[in-house]
This record gives sequence, structure tokens and C-alpha cells, in this order.
Amino acid sequence: MATSNGSSTGTKITALVVDDDRVINAIHCKLLNKLGIENHVAANGKEAVDLHCSGKKFDLILMDRDMPIMNGIEATRELRAMGVRSIIVGVSTRSIKQEIQEFMDSGLDDYQEKPLTSSKVISILRKIDFVD
Amino acid sequence: MERTRLRRQVALTRQSLFDQGFLDEQFIQLEDLQDDANPNFVEEVVTLYYRDSARLITNIEKALEKNSLDFNKLDGFMHQFKGSSSSIGAKKVKAECTLFREYCRAGNGEGCTRTFQQIKKEYATLKRKLEAYFQVVRQAGPAETACWPK
Repeated sequence: MATSNGSSTGTKITALVVDDDRVINAIHCKLLNKLGIENHVAANGKEAVDLHCSGKKFDLILMDRDMPIMNGIEATRELRAMGVRSIIVGVSTRSIKQEIQEFMDSGLDDYQEKPLTSSKVISILRKIDFVD
Repeated sequence: MERTRLRRQVALTRQSLFDQGFLDEQFIQLEDLQDDANPNFVEEVVTLYYRDSARLITNIEKALEKNSLDFNKLDGFMHQFKGSSSSIGAKKVKAECTLFREYCRAGNGEGCTRTFQQIKKEYATLKRKLEAYFQVVRQAGPAETACWPK
């Protein structure tokens, strides 16, 4: 399991929401915002990779599975190959075990069915020791 | 008195949306995210949903018009549409999407076409009902955008 780089901006947790669905992005960003997490958005896997290539770092990445241009599996593999050690949580509506495992095998630290709720995000943060 | 009447109307309208099966628990999750910083968050998200999903509806319509149906493509579009619909708690729309995907997997074009008509009907009905609901919420004033009884 990868470990976090730590926040790039002091002690505030930073997160990257990667999803082509603007509705999901709005909901997940608001959720993270309410928990005091500074968040950014990428509309697909390639944008997420490009952000990291430009030097950006995040404590937490919420990665959608199915996206155009570059999907979540490809993006996660790419980020891990680049040496990104952020916590990457796969989020998808897919529920078939094999599909979830394929996504996990790309380098995820965790997987959650979307849409996320406050309790799911808190459980993620607890797992990675960001909250008590 | 008028304010009280409007608040009662908001509560009744809201409850009917759940009682009649148009909305599910996810809509309550959206309401819980609404706060003083974003007092119209729910309406904004629903508006965004209807704006963005219109493109998906068109894509599915075009795909269904073809002589030879690409069920993988149709399923892909519907997977996306279902996900978005789930995120706002659109219960009936989501149920019809699930049925559509089953017809895709079975390679049943007629079933897909028939179910898609039902999806469009539920989608339009929910839009009308939510527009009416948000109108009453706006009339009732900011107090109604706070916490809701579960």
C-alpha cells in the first residue's frame, strides 16, 4: 500500500477529484470542502497525470474508473509508474468483483462505490490516519 | 401566516417526492451538503445534472436510431447516465436505467427502445416536479434551505 507524500501546502489535506461527470465532481468537492479538505478537479485521467507532471502533489486522489481519453485504471498505473505515492481511492458505480479487483490491481489503496457520502470519506481518512 | 403556509407547502411537496418514489436517500445527502456558503447547492446540482445529461440523452437517441445497434456503446452511455442520475437521487430514472442495461446485455433492441421512452418520461416528470419544488423553496425563503427532517 502506498503512503502519502504529506500535504504540499502546510497541514491542510489536499485532494484531487478525477471524474468526467461534473455532477459527481460538484458533490464530491462540496463533501471534501465541508471536511476542510482543499480540493482540485481533473475531468479525466490524462488531466490528472498532467497535473502531476506539472509538479502538483495531493494527499488524496479520488479516481473515477470510466472516463474518456484516459480511464482510471490507466491513470492510476501511470501515476504509480511516475512514483506518485498519494493515497488513491477508486470510486465507481461498478459492483462486479472482477472489475473492482482489476481497478485495485492498477495501484489503488482503496475502493468505494459512488456517490461518496461523508461517512465514506471519513472512513477513508481514518484508514490513512488523517483523522482520529 | 403566508410564510408558514409556504413552509408547509415546501415540506409537503418534498415529502411527496419521496413517497411517490421519485427521489431516494441520495437527495438527502445533497441536502446535508447545503449550507450558508452554498444555500442553493441542491438546486445548482440538479440544474447541472439536467444540463449535462441532455447530451447523453441525445447520444443514446442517436445510437438507438441506427439499423444495427451497438449494445456495448449503448450500455456505456447508459452506465454514465445512470451514475449521474443516481448522484441526485433520481430513483425512478435510475431503476429504468438498470432495466435498459439488462436489455443491452440481452441484446434486446426493442426492449432498449421501449425502456428508453420510459426513461425520458421519468426524466421529464422529475424535472417538472423538481422545478416546481425549487420554486416553492425560493418563495419560502432561506430558512427552508437549512436542515431537513430525515
